[in-house]
Amino acid sequence: MRRYVIKRLAQAVGVLWAAYTVSFLVLDFLPGDPVTAMAGAGMDSGQVDPAQLAALRHEYGFDKPVLVQYAEYLGRAVRGDFGDAVSNGRPVTSVIGDALPGTLQLTGAALLLAVVLGGGLAVVATYTSRRWLRQLLLSLPPLGVSVPTFWVGLLLVEAFSFRLHWFPAFGNDGLRGLVLPALTLAVPTGAQVAQVLAKSLLTALDQAYVETARAKGAGRRRVHLRHALRNASLPALTVVGLLVGQLIAGSVVVETVFSRDGLGRVTAAAVTAQDIPLVQGVVVFGALIFVATNLVVDLVYPLLDPRIVVTPDRRASFA
Amino acid sequence: MTALPVSRSSRWAPLAALLTTSVLLTACGSGDTGSGGGSRPKSGGTLTFAVGSDSGCVDPQQVGSNDTIYSVRQLVDSLTDQDPRTGKIVPWLAKSWDINSDATRFTFHLRSGVTFSDGSKLTAQVVKDNFDAVPKLGALGTLAEGYLSGVKSTVAVDPLTVKVTFAQPNAQFLQATSTHSLGIESAASVRKTPQQKCSDGIVGSGPFTLKGYVQNQSVTLARRTGYAWGSSLWAKKGEAYLDKLVFKVVPEAGVRAGSLQSGQVDAISSVGKANEAALKGGQVTLARRANPGVVFGLGLNNARPVLKDARVRQAIEAAVDREQIAGTVFPTGTRPAGSVLAHTTPDYTDLSADLATDTAKAKSLLEQAGWKAAGDGVRTKGGKKLSLTVTWFPNAATNQPALELVQQQLKAVGIDVVLRQLPVTQFATTLQAGDFDVVWGNVTRSDPDILRSSFSTRLANFYHLPASSLDTALSQQAATTDTAKRAKLVAEAQRLIVRNAYYVPVVELQTQLGVSTKVHDLDFDSGSRVQLHDTWIG
Repeated sequence: MRRYVIKRLAQAVGVLWAAYTVSFLVLDFLPGDPVTAMAGAGMDSGQVDPAQLAALRHEYGFDKPVLVQYAEYLGRAVRGDFGDAVSNGRPVTSVIGDALPGTLQLTGAALLLAVVLGGGLAVVATYTSRRWLRQLLLSLPPLGVSVPTFWVGLLLVEAFSFRLHWFPAFGNDGLRGLVLPALTLAVPTGAQVAQVLAKSLLTALDQAYVETARAKGAGRRRVHLRHALRNASLPALTVVGLLVGQLIAGSVVVETVFSRDGLGRVTAAAVTAQDIPLVQGVVVFGALIFVATNLVVDLVYPLLDPRIVVTPDRRASFA
Repeated sequence: MTALPVSRSSRWAPLAALLTTSVLLTACGSGDTGSGGGSRPKSGGTLTFAVGSDSGCVDPQQVGSNDTIYSVRQLVDSLTDQDPRTGKIVPWLAKSWDINSDATRFTFHLRSGVTFSDGSKLTAQVVKDNFDAVPKLGALGTLAEGYLSGVKSTVAVDPLTVKVTFAQPNAQFLQATSTHSLGIESAASVRKTPQQKCSDGIVGSGPFTLKGYVQNQSVTLARRTGYAWGSSLWAKKGEAYLDKLVFKVVPEAGVRAGSLQSGQVDAISSVGKANEAALKGGQVTLARRANPGVVFGLGLNNARPVLKDARVRQAIEAAVDREQIAGTVFPTGTRPAGSVLAHTTPDYTDLSADLATDTAKAKSLLEQAGWKAAGDGVRTKGGKKLSLTVTWFPNAATNQPALELVQQQLKAVGIDVVLRQLPVTQFATTLQAGDFDVVWGNVTRSDPDILRSSFSTRLANFYHLPASSLDTALSQQAATTDTAKRAKLVAEAQRLIVRNAYYVPVVELQTQLGVSTKVHDLDFDSGSRVQLHDTWIG
């Protein structure tokens, strides 16, 4: 077990390094640099002094060869220092740290809603004996996956804020301000949870052990919830691990629609401004969360399914 | 430039909106809002104003985006103010000033008894400290730095007299002292680094003080008690009416409009054509003013072989239908260009007769220039097609539809137009490299000297104009303090630019705000930003 964890950690470091390097290369390929971006932000051609820009570029080190820049950035990043954001001069780590609570609230609430609503839908849809209800419920997840989050958000704001005045339309303030954005972000995520769980529930219900359970006299509800659901939740759990990444990405759109402060807004602004240190920091942090979640998911498997044994030489195998 | 709300048709719209709003830079001009009418002004209350973006900085000397200027402008006073109706420069912190005859030396006589909100006094030395620090502001402070470029020295002559000397004549400096960019900050603020000023804010002598700034969320200001040195233009003497100003950052245009309509905010910025209908009929008025400065237009690269021929440039100018573009794409009330300057710029000269659409004239000019009609509708000369690439940047939602109309209009006279979109971050580099046939843009400035910055061959000369008598007119207007003489020279410069079609003016940029009818006297200043000292809620 310990060797397995060490191996996974080494993999995680590899993923982080790759994320860092790829994002650095992509940003380097983009024409322009943060200094011109800042000066050009004015789009006030008359006022830009090339000599001044050159001086600033030198100050930030953007005039050094790419490899030197890469090595310098990487060397500091390893020690947890991502430098200062170009756009406002604040340390990247504190910019991310300030934005994090807002995004954690949002994604945490959205994940909870997604699992409860998506999971509930899957259970009800597979449990019900009314054909029309099953059809109706099973047609919802594809809809939820395909409608743009942006549109869902605007629709919810229009209905529950502008018309009914139940929730504020914007801001980070309190629980009331969290409801609409979390619901918006939960729609595509919950839809995927529902799709995967419903499918694996249906598969599980066809398995021999279900027949055995029934033959032993277990009730329908007990078979569904205790036997099938427990087995069907494994694939859904894998999906949840992947969905964490999606939630972080989705926060870019949702935080913009609902004017919430958070990592998503920081990311969008940093990309627009080509703020290389900040983008790098966000990318590595996002990768870190993703890697950590999936590691946790892998380690939780054996707890859910005693058949799974973690062995040192293979990721996970059925014993 | 000011960003306008982006259409909501795609899921990328919020990103696009962020992009546009995070890069706007502008100034704009004036009009009254609110129904005014019967009730009398009263003190108290909070004004909540939703803006589209946060530039990440709350230092008036460093910000260029309207959405941020609306709030931080209220923190500082300037040496002078500019009357939005007449363009005249009037006293504010300076009660009077003298300028030498060639506009190289400016002496300001400060009013006494002015204090900053940290208790320190306004003195000539503080003004000097401010002006000495401006050139060190870095990339964000390009506006302020530009106003002071070529400064030789700033001297505190006595405690209330400050003298600024320039190497070259610099008539625009007087108007520059009226801008937020040269707003005066306390000595303690000036000593901070530009980054500290951005994130922590500054201490000014203005009618409001900074109470809180939460990045991407809000800027909160409170009334300065004991304020007694307002601009000579303001109606109310002494302190402001409102207790508190809260600026909320709401990036999505539709959410801003709905929040105003449902009473969650009292005023909103950047109302585009798409949101006008939603705001109509409610308890909302739309406040509009054209931005002064160089209008939106086609910046021609006059060094390109095709565009060296004045007849081709004039043909483009005659082929553009400005009324159609202003009416179809831009917010209600937007004016087609009547000159290279917007009508709200001081010394604007109405040249709309020269800018009338005349496709017959355009075709005949092209014929004379040797560009003959060909089978596919695109003219050719010596086997070469008459094709131009227009480079544009997605910093306003109106850019693409406006240019698509230009494309159709030029096609009608036989000019092929290819549209090339580049990221906003490449604007400066594209201009500097001269890597364009035509570039779409505008510049906001409430002083006609913007013509010299944009078109003098003695400065950057991004449009590669040939040296001509235009340079003389532009240099002379910068070197005279005689307003009548300056107006004549500026008129001459506008005529030369329009008749030679060095730049093809198309449409004015208009700032449009949505304001609840319970808000009164929310007025535009000369730069088409807002002045909130006289604003009251009732």
